[in-house]
Amino acid sequence: MTVTQTTEDVLLEVRNVEMFFPVTSGIIFQRKVADVKAVNDVSFSIKRGETLGLVGESGSGKTTLGRCILQLHRQTSGDIIFDGQRLNGLGTKELKPVRRKMQVIFQDPYGSLNPRMTCGDIVGEPLIVHKLTASKAEYRERIAELLQLVGLNPYMAERYPHEFSGGQRQRIGIARALAVNPTFIVCDEPVSALDVSIQAQVINLLGELQEQFGLTYLFIAHDLSVVRHISDRVAVMYLGHIVELADQSELYDNPLHPYTKALLSAIPIPDPVLEAERERLILTGELPSPMDPPEGCVFHTRCPIAIEDCKQGMPKLREVSEGHWVACIRAPGY
Amino acid sequence: MAKLLEVRDLQTQFSTDNGVVKAVDGISYEVEEGEILSIVGESGCGKSVGALSIMRLIADPPGKIVGGQVNFDGLDLLTLTDSQMRQIRGNRIGMVFQEPMSSLNPVLSIGRQLTETLELHLKMSSGAARERAAELLSMVGIPDPESRLKDYPHQLSGGMRQRVMIAMAISCDPALIVADEPTTALDVTIQAQILELLQSLSRELGTALIIITHNLGVVARYADRVLVMYAGKIVETGVSREIYGDPRHPYTIGLLSSVPRLDERAGGKLEVIEGLPPDLIEMPAGCSFAPRCKYAITRCTAETPELMEVDGAHRSACWRFSELPEIAASTGQEEAS
Repeated sequence: MTVTQTTEDVLLEVRNVEMFFPVTSGIIFQRKVADVKAVNDVSFSIKRGETLGLVGESGSGKTTLGRCILQLHRQTSGDIIFDGQRLNGLGTKELKPVRRKMQVIFQDPYGSLNPRMTCGDIVGEPLIVHKLTASKAEYRERIAELLQLVGLNPYMAERYPHEFSGGQRQRIGIARALAVNPTFIVCDEPVSALDVSIQAQVINLLGELQEQFGLTYLFIAHDLSVVRHISDRVAVMYLGHIVELADQSELYDNPLHPYTKALLSAIPIPDPVLEAERERLILTGELPSPMDPPEGCVFHTRCPIAIEDCKQGMPKLREVSEGHWVACIRAPGY
Repeated sequence: MAKLLEVRDLQTQFSTDNGVVKAVDGISYEVEEGEILSIVGESGCGKSVGALSIMRLIADPPGKIVGGQVNFDGLDLLTLTDSQMRQIRGNRIGMVFQEPMSSLNPVLSIGRQLTETLELHLKMSSGAARERAAELLSMVGIPDPESRLKDYPHQLSGGMRQRVMIAMAISCDPALIVADEPTTALDVTIQAQILELLQSLSRELGTALIIITHNLGVVARYADRVLVMYAGKIVETGVSREIYGDPRHPYTIGLLSSVPRLDERAGGKLEVIEGLPPDLIEMPAGCSFAPRCKYAITRCTAETPELMEVDGAHRSACWRFSELPEIAASTGQEEAS
């Protein structure tokens, strides 16, 4: 049994992907001393029009996984199949048409926009790269259309990034991603840097655009409340592994992996009455180094229910009930 | 409970090339002994500047505390000399900042940074200070404290650094700890660890705690009382349960409904507060929230509302606070239909 589905509506398939970064030592004769196992044997698929939420703490490998899917990192092993086409091994030229279909929105609305380009040029650059507009007039028209789509005024095309607020910059990033009419967007922590009231505006915008254009999202975040709001299914990552994957409501109502339970418990709910009654499960310790992950299950060093058998090897992700996958030998039904 | 800190009409301004920014525009509040008070608001609302002003940590120029009183321990902190202020800062008032990496000195060992405070404020001998430092580290849950004293900040993780910051904050047994976004830079599970630690220390040591945050969940979980700030002013204050259960300012209502909640079903749209916070140089006349407010009436743009009593300690700076639950309910229905 695999985590991937074989039905036709699957847009993206990730099969046993691993991404190791070598750690070298020495100045002249650099030799490899270890690997950072950023992504370790990860498989899942995303259906057309679906939003898959990917949550985990810093260092869990969620951003690396997103970059592997976009082929910004070439994975060490494993397959990435997008719209029926295997991406591994494709050259830059062959990847170009694929890149039109997959876009990315970055976390940092300050670092991801070139400060010397106007907003219009930033949004329009993909149009030039992919030769999507025939004339100057069409180019300008398309930029105006894109800006309006994300709730900015077309006259703002002349402005530079520093003239915009954080939320507006994130809208520029979204307009740039939409310029090439993509089918799939990796949203890498798109709202983490924004204020609460602005965050809601951007989340709503992403939802509207998905409906309007039938977009498919991989939504990477560390905030489980945001992920719950926007996702159809949610995958939880810990130290390079997906430890649980389920429908959004199933994962939140019936979490099976002890890490998922701890994560959910760590998020305070804005309701003091409810909070007073909630049981708090506070994990001890911190995320181990991905250079030297623990033997056996990667979570056993912090796990409140770990037993001797947990040191025997990383459990495989297994389906315990329909659509609910978990990698824990202590999970009921595993 | 006795009053520990009383802030009266505090005003802090920054002069910039474009004009004077009124970062804190006349805020008044009290902190009682041993209580946990949370100041919540979005970036730029003045919550950090307000707290830094209490401790006189505003760089002058460009900043200046232009008015008000900060009564602590029978003293008005704003009238003290710099050296008198140093006796209070780090001694009677502890501080925990957002960025543990930049608040610790990178070239001094953890041990030295901890013992420095102890030797300076409590006049401990170096041996006694070292012993106390190790004890403090174990109080904040750092394993193997003796050997950790020799470590430098870069050798510790973000969570551990924040624990060291907390150890420094409690080292002189302060009456008040001001924690400015103490967990914003940390991961979710570490965030929970640090906040639990702060709460339990506050209870054990009877230290009052001011937590400055933008996270409404954190407020709900840890705070006894809440101040909601917007554009340099306090717009609503009260006991947490009242603020969350019966918010009486449109900004509070907007904030609460714009966050996705963990215990809610997915889908649907989030309520949005339209527009952006005002420019603090050119503040709108009247209520500063009026331009974004769904319920604004003519009075709102003409007269500035002060905090008015809703019910006991619950106060709101909205002209329409008494009718607000009703109007909010009826507009909610209109939108639904």
